[in-house]
Amino acid sequence: MTDNPVFDRIRQDITENDVVVFMKGTPVFPQCGFSAVVVQVMSHLGVKFKGINVLEDPGLRQGIKDFSNWPTIPQLYVKGEFVGGCDIIREMYQSGELTDLLSTRGIEVRPAA
Amino acid sequence: MSMSQNLERKLREAFAPQELTIQDDSARHEGHAGARPGGETHYRVRIVSDRFVGLSRVERQRAVYAVLGAEFEAGLHALQMQTLTPEEAK
Repeated sequence: MTDNPVFDRIRQDITENDVVVFMKGTPVFPQCGFSAVVVQVMSHLGVKFKGINVLEDPGLRQGIKDFSNWPTIPQLYVKGEFVGGCDIIREMYQSGELTDLLSTRGIEVRPAA
Repeated sequence: MSMSQNLERKLREAFAPQELTIQDDSARHEGHAGARPGGETHYRVRIVSDRFVGLSRVERQRAVYAVLGAEFEAGLHALQMQTLTPEEAK
């Protein structure tokens, strides 16, 4: 498990970027409804994030599932920590927990008016 | 056995849910990535179980995923989940 070279790349991505969404497609052109929901939530909150398109790399597409022990895409990481997939992000957004979590981690949140 | 029946059996065994609803959303995702001609790829489940007490959202969903490994290998592609304790479901 740990010698998977994809894991090093993932560790680097989630270390160098405060907020990372592993997704299908890009933030501008999501190619999956569930990925699109997470992009929308982040946009609503005005949070800068790095979107990583797993469709561009089959190794990453499987690798992120193994790395997170989570079998589906999208996946949100904040400050190197796995937060959840689409359902969890949506629930946390609606309850206000996501804003709290981001603020606690020092991420700037600027909710759209 | 259909995917729905499989899901129901596995989820009942693992979580002894007070409430379990399984909805096949495959038709709504026809033509999307992960869909396939026979359907049985996209599901939505609501599980109310006291097994979720004390677990975070991530832990609850991981627990559900953990019992459905074979189903994911057999073509299950997406599972929308509501995982609630009996208290939260009131």
